[in-house]
Amino acid sequence: MNSLILRTATKILVSLMLLFSIFIMLRGHNEPGGGFVGGLIASTAFGLYAVAYGPQAVRNAIYFDPRKIAMFGLGLGILAGIIGILAKGVFLTGTWTHLGGIAIGTPVLFDLGVYFVVVGAVMTLILAMEEEE
Amino acid sequence: MNNLLVMPIVIPFSAAVLGMMFNKYKMARRGISLAGSLALLVVSTLIMLTVQRQGIFALQMGLWKAPFGITFVADHLTAIMVMLTSIIGLIGVVYSFADIDEARESFGYYSLLQVLVGGVCGAFLAGDLFNLYVWFELILISSFSLLILGGEKAQIDGAIKYIAINLVATLMFLCGIVLLYGITGTLNMADLHLKVKDVANTGLLTGIGVLFIMAFGIKSAVFPLYFWLPASYHTPPVIVSAIFSGLLTKVGIYAFMRVFTLIFTQDVAYTHNMLLIIAGFTMVSGVLGAAAHNEIRKILLFHIISQIGYLLMGVALFSPLAMVGSVYFLGHIIIVKTNLLLIGGIIKRNAATLELKLVGGYYKSAPILAIMFFVSAFSLAGFPPLSGFWAKFVLIKSSLIQGSFGIAATALAVGLMTAYSMTKIWGEAFWKPNPQEDDCSKQALSNQERYLMYGPVIGLTIMTVVMGIWAQPFLEMSNYAAQELFNPANYVKAVLGVMP
Amino acid sequence: METVLAILCGILMAASVYLMLSRNLVKFLFGLMLNTSAANLLVFNSGGLTRGNPPFIAADGTPAYANMANSVPQALILTAIVISFALLACALVMAYRAYQDLGTVDTDCMRIAEPVAEHEGPPCRKGKVIA
Repeated sequence: MNSLILRTATKILVSLMLLFSIFIMLRGHNEPGGGFVGGLIASTAFGLYAVAYGPQAVRNAIYFDPRKIAMFGLGLGILAGIIGILAKGVFLTGTWTHLGGIAIGTPVLFDLGVYFVVVGAVMTLILAMEEEE
Repeated sequence: MNNLLVMPIVIPFSAAVLGMMFNKYKMARRGISLAGSLALLVVSTLIMLTVQRQGIFALQMGLWKAPFGITFVADHLTAIMVMLTSIIGLIGVVYSFADIDEARESFGYYSLLQVLVGGVCGAFLAGDLFNLYVWFELILISSFSLLILGGEKAQIDGAIKYIAINLVATLMFLCGIVLLYGITGTLNMADLHLKVKDVANTGLLTGIGVLFIMAFGIKSAVFPLYFWLPASYHTPPVIVSAIFSGLLTKVGIYAFMRVFTLIFTQDVAYTHNMLLIIAGFTMVSGVLGAAAHNEIRKILLFHIISQIGYLLMGVALFSPLAMVGSVYFLGHIIIVKTNLLLIGGIIKRNAATLELKLVGGYYKSAPILAIMFFVSAFSLAGFPPLSGFWAKFVLIKSSLIQGSFGIAATALAVGLMTAYSMTKIWGEAFWKPNPQEDDCSKQALSNQERYLMYGPVIGLTIMTVVMGIWAQPFLEMSNYAAQELFNPANYVKAVLGVMP
Repeated sequence: METVLAILCGILMAASVYLMLSRNLVKFLFGLMLNTSAANLLVFNSGGLTRGNPPFIAADGTPAYANMANSVPQALILTAIVISFALLACALVMAYRAYQDLGTVDTDCMRIAEPVAEHEGPPCRKGKVIA
């Protein structure tokens, strides 16, 4: 779509939305939010970018093939489960460590995985639609 | 030790992830997929051995106690099904090396296949209903992607019918699950087995049971709900049809077996009689559909439906002996049906068509293929001493013992009709001289492709012969599975840790 | 309150079935969306409705609030929403592809996978049967 207003606004909005998506994902740990919602916000941002600048620009921006991003997220989820086996003996058991006062554990890793799966899957669909035309 | 139970999911998913990461390199994606399938076969063998040695065992994920967390359980039935899944997965991967074109492959065919295999294993291992629902959805989405991969017009057309009706099925399943949760307050199948006994309003339970019959019925393609299967399964490459026929509808039958022995047993006269009638109609309509078609794959696809009728018959008769027959039949049909479709794939590769009018002469030009088809087709029709004979023998025997003469007669007649359809394919594709003798579009297989395509076919044929001639251990295993299904106390104990 | 929601579920279900009976693929998908909403509402309703009390229990296992919310349906509904989102997104993209490739959204006119002879084709509103 060739609209100056959209293009200018998109530049600001996309960066804000991406930042917000990461915020939502991290916030999801103890409050409403999480990987799924964060991933959806991020893919909305990229979707907006695709509308304004075309699908090729999005492909350049995310650099990796969206299908690979989705599979990478799945890999993170499996990794979170396997860490549970190694640390506590049972798959998917929450395992925590403290890095400089911040508790980081496998649920965070799992949520990150969900984030990537959602971004990858939704981007695959959006780009498939945009590139069909 | 119990972490063994998540491996049938972790391994295929890891193979899918790695395969996609190295998707650029042909050898890498193939090698990873093959390695994943081999590892899955090893793990499923280990699960089988563990079940045989120490009985039913369960894994509580994340150390959440049983009715609250996600539970994975393996009993004999699950172990058999995971084993069969891993065999079909391995054979599918090997055959795909020769059958899948470069465009599909580089789009991530092997990753999707591995996700499908992992999803099917998950459905077999799931210990609670909601988890089962999630695996159903995963199977649906990955099979849908496989179905549409390649984007031919016929594929899109078939995929629409496939996903539309299957989405409705999963929604029905979801509604059934939550209604069940509403009256019992639990989703764990072992816990449900205990809780449904306290429910005063059994009519409500039966109603929910019918909702489950509808949902699983669509999934496993039974009589009035099967029309999506012949509309969609013949559109993708033959190997995809073969894998689907081996795995997908059987998940529905597995769900029937599990749920209608563990949970919905309060009004057997109603629910199981309904299943019995459905089973009879499924057999007949499937075999009639096969008789009406003149394309090898379509004939075989309609036979999937008629065989689903036999499987359901064992569930519906609701006796240990019938269940033995059903479990054995499940193993038999997964192997034989996949094999027949793979043989069809070789013919399609060679003649570029599966229309019976246009193919012929394979008895002369490919005698090994002809023998393989002959054995599998006779096994499907139920001739002794092949596996199909024992499967049908046990089922019909149990129906006669229980006095269900109608279904026994139906099963025998349908067996005869199956033989008719198989003879039709035999006469047209193998015995008749090739009508395209002078057609130079006919392509010969390269040596490598010949090994990749014939290997799986020969392997599966040997399996059906072994299952027939040396049936005792397989029937015994089915017997254990049936005993466990009809005495759920051990299952409940393995999951909840207490005797009911 | 549960009764009112149950009736609402029923109405949504009925409306969705009506929409799904249409042979227009787009209407069918709208019906499916409505059906997922109805199913999700059913999940929510089946756990029982409570107002404003979070699903926490004290360390000794006693509920922290009287009439505590049931957390399981909330987890289930979240999962169900996510799954139905994914499947509907897939189905919508596919409907779009189907419209582009097959040139129609009338499911009766999609006869490529199961071709019929010209004279016995179904009545097609768009004029002719494809393929």
